[in-house]
Amino acid sequence: MPTVLATDLLVWLLVAAAIAFSIYCARRPHLAAPWARVFRSPAAIASGVFLGFYLLVGLADSLHYRPALPSKEGGPAAYSVQVVSLLDVALASLRNRTERTYSAPLATRLFQKEQVEQPDGKSLRDFPRLRHGGAHLQDEAEWGRDIALRVAAGLAVAAALWLLLFSLTRKALARRWPHVPWTAAYAALGALLTVAGPAAALAAGYHVLGTDRIGQDVLYQALKSIRTSLVIGTLTTLVLLPVGIAAGIAAGYFRGWIDDVIQYVYTTLNSIPGVLLIAASVLMVQVYVDANASMFPTAAQRSDFRLLMLCAILGAVGWTGLARLLRGEALKLSQLEYIQAAHAFGVSHTRILSRHILPNVAHIVIIALVMDFSGLVLAEAVLSYVGVGVDPSTTSFGTMINAARLEMAREPMVWWSLGAAFAFMFLLVLAANLFADAVRDGFDPRVRV
Amino acid sequence: MLAYVVRRILYAIPILVGINVVTFALFFLVNTPDDMARMQLGQKRVTPEAIQKWKAERGYDKPLFYNQGSLTDTIFFEKSVRLFAFDFGRAEDNRDIASEIRARMGPSLALAIPVFLVGLAVNITFALGMAFFRATYLDFWGVVLCVAMMSISALFYIIGGQYLISKLWHLVPISGYAGGVDAAKFVVLPALIGVVGGIGAGSRWYRTLFLEEMTRDYVRTARAKGLAETSVMFRHVLKNAMIPILTGVVAVIPLLFMGSLLSESFFGIPGLGSYTIDAIQAQDFAVVRAMVFIGSVLYILGLLLTDLSYTLVDPRVRLD
Repeated sequence: MPTVLATDLLVWLLVAAAIAFSIYCARRPHLAAPWARVFRSPAAIASGVFLGFYLLVGLADSLHYRPALPSKEGGPAAYSVQVVSLLDVALASLRNRTERTYSAPLATRLFQKEQVEQPDGKSLRDFPRLRHGGAHLQDEAEWGRDIALRVAAGLAVAAALWLLLFSLTRKALARRWPHVPWTAAYAALGALLTVAGPAAALAAGYHVLGTDRIGQDVLYQALKSIRTSLVIGTLTTLVLLPVGIAAGIAAGYFRGWIDDVIQYVYTTLNSIPGVLLIAASVLMVQVYVDANASMFPTAAQRSDFRLLMLCAILGAVGWTGLARLLRGEALKLSQLEYIQAAHAFGVSHTRILSRHILPNVAHIVIIALVMDFSGLVLAEAVLSYVGVGVDPSTTSFGTMINAARLEMAREPMVWWSLGAAFAFMFLLVLAANLFADAVRDGFDPRVRV
Repeated sequence: MLAYVVRRILYAIPILVGINVVTFALFFLVNTPDDMARMQLGQKRVTPEAIQKWKAERGYDKPLFYNQGSLTDTIFFEKSVRLFAFDFGRAEDNRDIASEIRARMGPSLALAIPVFLVGLAVNITFALGMAFFRATYLDFWGVVLCVAMMSISALFYIIGGQYLISKLWHLVPISGYAGGVDAAKFVVLPALIGVVGGIGAGSRWYRTLFLEEMTRDYVRTARAKGLAETSVMFRHVLKNAMIPILTGVVAVIPLLFMGSLLSESFFGIPGLGSYTIDAIQAQDFAVVRAMVFIGSVLYILGLLLTDLSYTLVDPRVRLD
């Protein structure tokens, strides 16, 4: 039974809007030009490839359904209460192969000693073999050879895939978009495949990034966290944009008491320390959820509601920056001759706003949108650490870090959960930052020299 | 000047009232004291009597706005209006919030001030270096390093630094705090981490400020006079770029009192940051409300100081 979570719906709406917007832009040369400048930057193209990979994972994780349970012949169809996504199906082998507790990356034995039954009937305290990680090895001495073989196979497949893509697409792409530095794209793709190929090959037999306290595969968790990050980074702007644009432009264009009121509202909101405002709001949401538990039939829907509310709260806190920028710009624009001419011709306010002001502040909106993304991804981890982020049952980089933090004192240290979360997050934020820089350079009229 | 300051302070009053109303709405209207009580007492199977008792103990059993002819014997007056007099009431553990805040201010500042000063110096140095070597490989890789450092989570700096320096190298204690001179050995690592974590964003921002300043006419004149590039940088560019840097920085000075949320809680420093985090995690609404109010007052103070600092640093700006 397909289950549409609220965030899924909004994510796909956003995808549709993005596609519509890009078609709209592509048909108008003055809108297409800045994007062409963006895509002329090798850094933007390379980071775009990585962002594309994250996006693919995130979108695959945004198609949910409840699997049918085996029901009696002729009886009504029964559905599991567990909501799974397309990504879960693709990674079923990772999802289902859980161990008892921690195990190191690529390990064949558990991280903790347990009573192990010896073949001769005696029991001994030792590190037991893992249920799944390296279970295909008859003799653990083969471990090194097996790993090497798998890495080699993974690399070979990756290289073949890369060559295939390269030879199939290179000419067509270069002919269609000759100014785009495709070399950077292929280099980034190569780097991505070099890591992903061996990882996939190893994941078939091992836990590439180890397992966590309850024995779940860390690689699987890291991949699941991507969706949470993307949702927070993008849906927040969905809340932030309409409020920020409307308030900012109205304040700058109408001035007078409207300006005073809007300035008052955003100064007030700005003065409340962000973390505390978010914390207070999230606590409220939690109280609401607890009081209305019947609204949410599955745990997934409950945690999804909290994720959605977190986006709404972050948006409600974050629109002030955009509004301030837009107010300044609208103030400047409304003094210009062509706006005054429009006034003199008797053009209505709505028409001036929609035809003259809005298109001329669009670059600020786009720059703010992409610049905010990475900040939001980083903020999620901190908020989840503070305990006011996503629901503890939602897999996210923040909850991964939070869970792993408790094991810092362990000797030897359990580092892989932390490492995986930080590495995945770093790549995403770095790619987003580089892409945002390119967008800013492409759109900011001052930079054009 | 004085008239301006007075007017700005008067402007702050409606904003503080607004903050008060927002927090009141969040804490009492969106969810009733009953919800809070249920949350504090545990989720399921709470008797109505227990809720009543909980509310009565904390003074939450009064009407919200109007109580039989009296406006003062209400939750709004008791819990929100009193904040204006810095009367914060008591926390869940029955300790006086105001005295707790006074006691925790010292440790917070002991960490925040070094981070602020050293961070400012380091960022300016790096930014000036990159601006001096602009459009060379040094500048390019400097910016790349800044972007990479910006992309690392603050949690990573803290966890990584704590692991490496305290746990592997045993240079400083992992966490804790002591008063007086002993504080130094507890504060040095979180301060270092705070500085390093801020380098990426800070240096990159100051670099653009320096570069912007370097396109000005007076810089060209200075070069045309035959000044060496170093004296152009230090005598002219640095001085003028300090205007936006200092005025930007003044806004955060009052907020130093709030402490750093993450560092303090990771390193066990008993400051206001860890107080806030503990309150959020324990869902101690009284403390969160108090911290929201103090933070807002400090923010508004920062805005005022920013405006004043413009006149002090830049004689072209006059306030009337």
